[in-house]
Formats: sequence, structure tokens, C-alpha cells
Amino acid sequence: MRPEALAAFTAALALTGNASSLHASGRRARRVVEESREALAGVLGARPSDVIFTGGGTESDNLALKGLFWERRAAAPARRRVLVSAVEHRAVLDTVAWLGAQQGAEVELLEVDAAGMVHPDTLEAALARDPDSVAVVSVMWANSEVGTVQPVSRLAAVAHRHGVPFHTDAVQAFGQIPVAVDAGAEGPDAITISAHKVGGPVGVGALVVRRGLAMQPLTHGGGQERDIRSGTLNTAGVAAFAAAATAACAQAPNEGPRLAALRDDLVRRVQEQVPGATLNGPPLAELPGGPRRLPGNAHITFPGCEGDSLLMLLDARGIECSTGSACSAGVARPSHVLLAMGASEDHARSSLRFSLGHTSRAADVDALVEAIGPVAERAGRAGALAGRR
Amino acid sequence: MRILAAMSGGVDSAVAAARAVQAGHDVTGVHLALSRSPESDRTGARGCCTLEDARDARRAADVLGIPFYVWDLAERFEADVIDEFVEAYAAGRTPNPCVRCNERIKFAAVLDRALALGFDAVVTGHHARLDPDGTLRRSVDPAKDQSYVLGTLRPEQLAAARFPLGDTTKAQVREEAAARGLAVADKPDSHDICFVPDGDTAAWLRQRLGPRPGPIVDAGTGDTLGEHDGTYAFTVGQRRGLRLGRPAADGRPRYVLDISPVTRAVTVGPGESLDVWRLVADRAVWPFEGVVSCQAQVRAHGGVVPARAEGCGDELVVSLEAPVRGTAPGQAVVLYDGDRVLGGGHIRATA
Repeated sequence: MRPEALAAFTAALALTGNASSLHASGRRARRVVEESREALAGVLGARPSDVIFTGGGTESDNLALKGLFWERRAAAPARRRVLVSAVEHRAVLDTVAWLGAQQGAEVELLEVDAAGMVHPDTLEAALARDPDSVAVVSVMWANSEVGTVQPVSRLAAVAHRHGVPFHTDAVQAFGQIPVAVDAGAEGPDAITISAHKVGGPVGVGALVVRRGLAMQPLTHGGGQERDIRSGTLNTAGVAAFAAAATAACAQAPNEGPRLAALRDDLVRRVQEQVPGATLNGPPLAELPGGPRRLPGNAHITFPGCEGDSLLMLLDARGIECSTGSACSAGVARPSHVLLAMGASEDHARSSLRFSLGHTSRAADVDALVEAIGPVAERAGRAGALAGRR
Repeated sequence: MRILAAMSGGVDSAVAAARAVQAGHDVTGVHLALSRSPESDRTGARGCCTLEDARDARRAADVLGIPFYVWDLAERFEADVIDEFVEAYAAGRTPNPCVRCNERIKFAAVLDRALALGFDAVVTGHHARLDPDGTLRRSVDPAKDQSYVLGTLRPEQLAAARFPLGDTTKAQVREEAAARGLAVADKPDSHDICFVPDGDTAAWLRQRLGPRPGPIVDAGTGDTLGEHDGTYAFTVGQRRGLRLGRPAADGRPRYVLDISPVTRAVTVGPGESLDVWRLVADRAVWPFEGVVSCQAQVRAHGGVVPARAEGCGDELVVSLEAPVRGTAPGQAVVLYDGDRVLGGGHIRATA
């Protein structure tokens, strides 16, 4: 956690009081919650009442997709289609899969290009086919694995032109690049954010919902958050979330270029050590009109090496990275994001994500560069055996 | 040494890993995911590849303070063990999938990968002893001895294996696990075949192979006594489940003597026809010249009979000094000198 978030967290934990109580302690807790709401609304360009606190990004995604689907279909039963990108986080993909299996939704996955980007034309074509049958559109702000930044405003504009609400999971983007609610017709109608990705605690997030957008609640029991979300407010978590988000967003204009430079250095030097290694997702050098990537993201394929071999060997050297997602047994699975971008299963299995954040320094990149050559060599030997029968 | 501990989630492999840690080695725990769609919970005392087992293995690694990973060998396991198991039954043989898994997965795919990744050895919780000179011996616990399912491993496979539990009884392993604070101390033993969740192998095979009806034939008269759904529901030496309705003319019990995959005929007859005096095994591991006096074991929890064995190329010819009953092609034969494993192979023919 960021120090300012930890300070806010522990300070609030020491206070008695339920933010929904009417006595003095309750009012004091409520004040902390509302000041936090205002701070978050401030960095998002939203109104405080737009911010619905939740238990995290997954809950926010569930609330947005199920809440909007139920609401919109109840108003017009023809609205059964749900359009989401093929590279969404599992919190979105599993939610819409459930809507499809249990609630009669027709789920359509929007294709992405080789860099992981959803083109507005793709969304336009899917909507134009039968706009009255679409309940909700959801495309993430930035991809959690390969860091592709989606053209969110243009996508939202396409959805709005057809009268369909647009949700975006901005968990990965928030605090790294500007994420804001557009006051006009442009911009998303609902935005998912999470505290732990900006240096706050795990277990608190928010759904930022544009005023006037009706949705059904996911949980019932108290209606604490505008009747859209029930449950006693997590005062300490909310305070820490606001402190972390304020710090992250204030530092982002300087931190973004610093991380991007560090990341570019990482990619260049890893490729020097392992000549066959290739970068996935958008190129480092941003082309006009081309896809952008998050500053702290590097996603690299090491052909012939299995990702989980690389991860284990790097882990043993104190370098922590990620292979994408794991199944419930802990088995690393080929990334659905890379597969959607057209990569082969072998390519997807040979990939690692390196994430840089506010604590990353040049020495961390040096340590990786020093380790990666021998690690890839060894993983390559193990990979060659696996291919042999 | 850098040691990879294969951790099934059971008590044996947890204690084996603990002993490797205590011996001062640099130990990494690995759980092998062998099932493509693992069941979430163990039901009873079966199997070893549920999500619960993966969690138990992870918790044991936590307690030992060692790194822990899951290796996905489901595809390999399906091709090398499950498919082979189905094919063998379809061909009228009776395979032992644990022998096969040790030969092709644990002491092949896993061992090779471990060595390539820089590990010096692989530790497992098998109940068998492995001397420094590479000699495999029975466990001190005769009821839990697993030397039979390791008996067809080649010397180079055993060279990088470590079995720290061979000098310990199962009861002692459980006590030690409890003393070490491992929650799996009283977890039930696994039995049966891990990929047949309910233990009903015939039903599992029927699902895979579909009905393949054929006649049940009397060995003496050649008469057809009845029909069956598929030869895979039978194994040589089987007495129960023939459902023949009428007894044999002499009133004595009948046993499966032979299974013919081509005609789908299951031949039945009197028990003494099952007596086997001679075995031919292929894919043999046998480092000796000439005829060797030894003891032969043909099933995992069977006894031994005195035997004389001689290698012949890739094959092993075993003459038994007392007959064994109901030995089916596909089973492994492992040859011992007292508690010492001399070698073994896979039974191709019996007489």
C-alpha cells in the first residue's frame, strides 16, 4: 500500500462508528466516507453521488453488467444481446457467460486486432445489425495483460449513437493514465475501479455511474449506496482508496513517462539478452492514431520456453512476474487475451507479463536483465524436452 | 542439492518433502495437475488429483516454507496413461496405470523437466528404499511397499530419484506428519485408479468404448454360455460378475481364462486352467546374463513365487517354480532377490 493510503487506513480503523448511524460516531465515519467520495469524484471528473462504493473490481463489473442487463431487458424484453470485447478480464467474461447460461442473454465477443484493440467499426457493425436488441456494451479501458489502451470515448460514442449504455472496466488504467467521466454525451456511463491497483487496500472498489442511468442492484439489504449497493460501508477501506487514488493520479503525469522509459529499457535489454524474445501488444513507440499501451506494462514471449518454467526460475531469483491467468487448481493457462489477438497456444504459453509500478526502480530492471539470459536458456532446454515424445 | 518434491496432496509426499527440507536441501514443491477437469472435492479415499488435493499440497508447502507450483501434465497424462489404459483394455489386456504413470510421467516427463530446469533430484513419497548404488528395495512396511510399481524403472530413471520414506512404516509417517504440523496427517490413503473417480472401472470403460457385445464361451465344450457387453469388463482370473445363470456341469466355479479382442469372446473354465508356469515379458529392465534364481511378483499387492529368469534381448522369460493364478497380459512382473528388486517387465504372454 502507498504510505498515504496506509496512514488513512489505520487512522480510520481506530475510529468507532458505522457511517449509517445517526449518532456522533456515525456522523464522523460518514464524514470520512463522504470526503473520500468527493476526493475520488474529483480525480474522475464525476459528481460525488456518481461514486458507488463496492467490495472491489469484480463486484463492480458484476453490478454493472447484471444490473444494466436486468434493468434494460425489463424495460424492453427484446434487449438480450450483451457485447463485450474478447480480451476482457474474467470478472467481465465470466459474468456475461453466466448471463448467457442462466439469464437468456446472447453474448457476443467483439474481435480485437493483433495489438489487442477493439476498433470502433467492429462495435458499430455489431450494434447496427440490430441496435434495439442490445442491453449493454462493455469494453475495458486498458487491457490487464498486454496493456492495450482502448479508444474508450469513441467506443462509448458509438454505443450512445445507438442508445445503448456503455460500461468500462478501468481497473488497470485508473491511476496510470487519465480516466475520467465525460460530462457530455461522450464517455462511459459506468466505470469500474479498484483500490488495490492504485496502491490502496484489497477489498474496496467503486462503480462510477452516470446520473440518471437506472440499474438493478446485485445485493439487497440496507441500500446504503443509492439503493444500488447494500452493505455496511467500509469506512477505512474507502478512506485509503481515496488517499491512494489521489496520490496516484497526482503523480501519474510524472510517473507515466518515468515508467514508460523504464519499461522501454526493460524490453530493449531483455531482447538483447534473449534475441528471439518478442513484445506482445502495442509497439513501444506510439504511432499517430495507433494503439497506445499502459506505461508500466511489458508483455514478452520467449519462444520455446514455457511460461511457468520461466516464472519459477525468475521467482527463485527474487523476480516476480506473471503468466496470465491460472485455473482454480493453480495451473497456468494460455492467455485468452493473446489467443484473441491471434497468437497460437504455444506462443501464449511462452509469455510473461512484467508490471512496473510506483516502487519500481532501474535496479529492478538491471536484476531482470542479469537473470533473464540464463533463465531463458534453461527454460528453453526444458521446453525442448516437453516437445519431444 | 536442489530438489524437486512431487507433492500429491497426500501425507506421504508431504513428509518426504519435509525430510528433504530437514536434510538441508533447497526444495521446491510441485503438484502435478493430471486431470483436465478436476473434481473440486475428494469423495472418499479415491484419486489424487482433485482441487482439494492441490490445496492440501499447497498448504503442506506453506508449512514447510518452500516455493510451490502446479505443473500441468494433463495432456501428457491423458495420452501416455489414460489412452493407453483404454487401448490395453480394448485389446484384452489388464494394464497397471500406476506402473505406467511412474514410467512415463513421474520418472520421465517430470524428472526430465526438473533436471533441465536445474534440479539435481526428484523426491517422492513412494514407500520403497533406494540404496546409494541405485538398488531398489522393498519398504520396511510390507503392507505399504510400492517397489512393485517402481520395479520397471530404468537405472537412469532411478538415478535422480529419492524415496526418503522407505525406512518408515505408514503409521510412523502419519505420526511424523502430525508432529510436523502437517494437516494431511490423518488424510485417508488413496486407492484405486485416480482417473476413475467412483472406482467403477468397467462403467468408466463402457463410457469410453461403448457397448461391444460378444459371447461367453465354455473352454471345455466350446458352447456359448451367455452374452457380455464388452470384453473390457473382464480380466483374466475374474470369477465374479459373469452372470451365467446356470452352473457348470461339474458344479465348480468358473473363471475368465482368456479374452479375445478380435472375436470378442470371453472364455471361461475351471480355476486350475488359470495356473501360469511361464511368463514372457517385454520392455524388460534386466541387467543380468544367464539364468537367475529369484522371486516373481505379478500384481501390486500379491505374494511372490520362486522363479528363474533369463533375459533375451528386450524380453524376459520367467519360469515359475509354483504356479500363479490369473495372470493377465499387460500386468507387470517384478523380480526380487529377497527385498532387492532385480528388474522386471510387462507380461506379453503366459503359459
